Amino acid sequence: MIPPQFGYFAPSTVDEAVELLERYDGEAKVLAGGMSLIPILKLRLAEPVALVDISRLQDLSYIREEDGWLRIGATTIVNDLHDSDLVREKYPIFHDATSVIADPLVDNMGTVGGNVAHGDPANDLPACMLVLGAQLVAQGPKGSRTIPVREFFVDTFETALEDSEILTEVQVPAPRPRQGNAYMKIEKRAGDFSIAAVAANLVLNRNGTVEDAGIALTSVGPTSLYAEAASNHLAGASPDEATIGRAAELAEEIAEPVSDLRGPAEYKRAMVGVLTRRTLGKALARVGGG
Amino acid sequence: MAVAERQAGEDGIPPTYPITVSVNGKEHEATVEGRTLLVHFIRDTLGLTGTHIGCDTTSCGACTVLLDGRAVKSCAILAVQADAREIRTVEGLETDVLHPVQKGFVEEHGLQCGFCTPGMMLASVDLLEKNPNPTEDEIRHGIAGNLCRCTGYVNIVKAVQFAAKKLQEDGQGGGT
Repeated sequence: MIPPQFGYFAPSTVDEAVELLERYDGEAKVLAGGMSLIPILKLRLAEPVALVDISRLQDLSYIREEDGWLRIGATTIVNDLHDSDLVREKYPIFHDATSVIADPLVDNMGTVGGNVAHGDPANDLPACMLVLGAQLVAQGPKGSRTIPVREFFVDTFETALEDSEILTEVQVPAPRPRQGNAYMKIEKRAGDFSIAAVAANLVLNRNGTVEDAGIALTSVGPTSLYAEAASNHLAGASPDEATIGRAAELAEEIAEPVSDLRGPAEYKRAMVGVLTRRTLGKALARVGGG
Repeated sequence: MAVAERQAGEDGIPPTYPITVSVNGKEHEATVEGRTLLVHFIRDTLGLTGTHIGCDTTSCGACTVLLDGRAVKSCAILAVQADAREIRTVEGLETDVLHPVQKGFVEEHGLQCGFCTPGMMLASVDLLEKNPNPTEDEIRHGIAGNLCRCTGYVNIVKAVQFAAKKLQEDGQGGGT
């Protein structure tokens, strides 16, 4: 399979990349790792006039903690996030996710920013960012702005990014005391997109009740879904079996799965419940002291 | 505007791009279309047909090469993305002697038809570079992006274990 013809640009700064996107006015696509975009081009599902390759912008590849945030540059390679000791120790939910994204070879090209900005409801990092209350930094012709991740996903393959904007950074709040989180997915075969997957984050009060909770779902709707009612049900409650069971039911209720080769809709919905219970259990087991 | 009508300069889009790629230690200069896939550049332009095309959909790993040392699937990468970077293909593994990973596949019968083998070996080289002493689980995860329809993977895992051991022995002996 051979992609359609397009122009290729490798700008050396983000400003230059934004200028190119403006010049081609919605007809150019941003290329980072290309692990979604190039298969799309090969299948001729898109025929952009030009590709703007931001993967050579080394300035956008970093993982660091600063001012109470974990800052991840958009072109950070997925495998570098996976190999980060900082992430494994303090943000285990991302390590869970990078362990199940595609396979090691795809993860050697794919980027963190691309996994989010592509707007694919089957991608794994968005749900993790939804439960952690992350925010996304976008740079465009008018400068840069910050978008809360819960306002970012508009529809399948559609995000809050304007045509001339580039996602430059993901900002994740640093962990609070007594916080734990996890991501779990069910897949048909190694490296596949999930049948369903669930992200969960818990912050406990000193007395063991839930101060704050987040649950989000992958692959069961037009976008990654933040399960607000399920999350709110946990807040203030004791994270016992009954409460977790009810939260799992509420999570199932917002899922909008469709029947396909990965399974019938009813099965996927049931798996949302199962995964919500399991993921909350794992998050609870990871709650640190403090 | 129709693609065929495009001229360099008219909409700022050149029809071809000059690239310089180091492949197995040798610099190659070439002119490619933006859409030329890296696997086609390696096979058709350079004639290095040890890199295979299997599924052509980023699933099977037959097209695996090392790009700046990382194992990647060259059927989903553009040749222009490799400009000014280093590629290693299966042809670049052997020096005067077989690479320990190649030796492992020979000794442990890590192949039957051999179609997946170049990709398997390059994924293994990357794995052992990062993790010289992997567990069986880690080996299986390391080759999760490479499909084999013949062996059932058992002897491939043994081949990688053989290579890990040999690399460590060679390393202790001062290298080859």
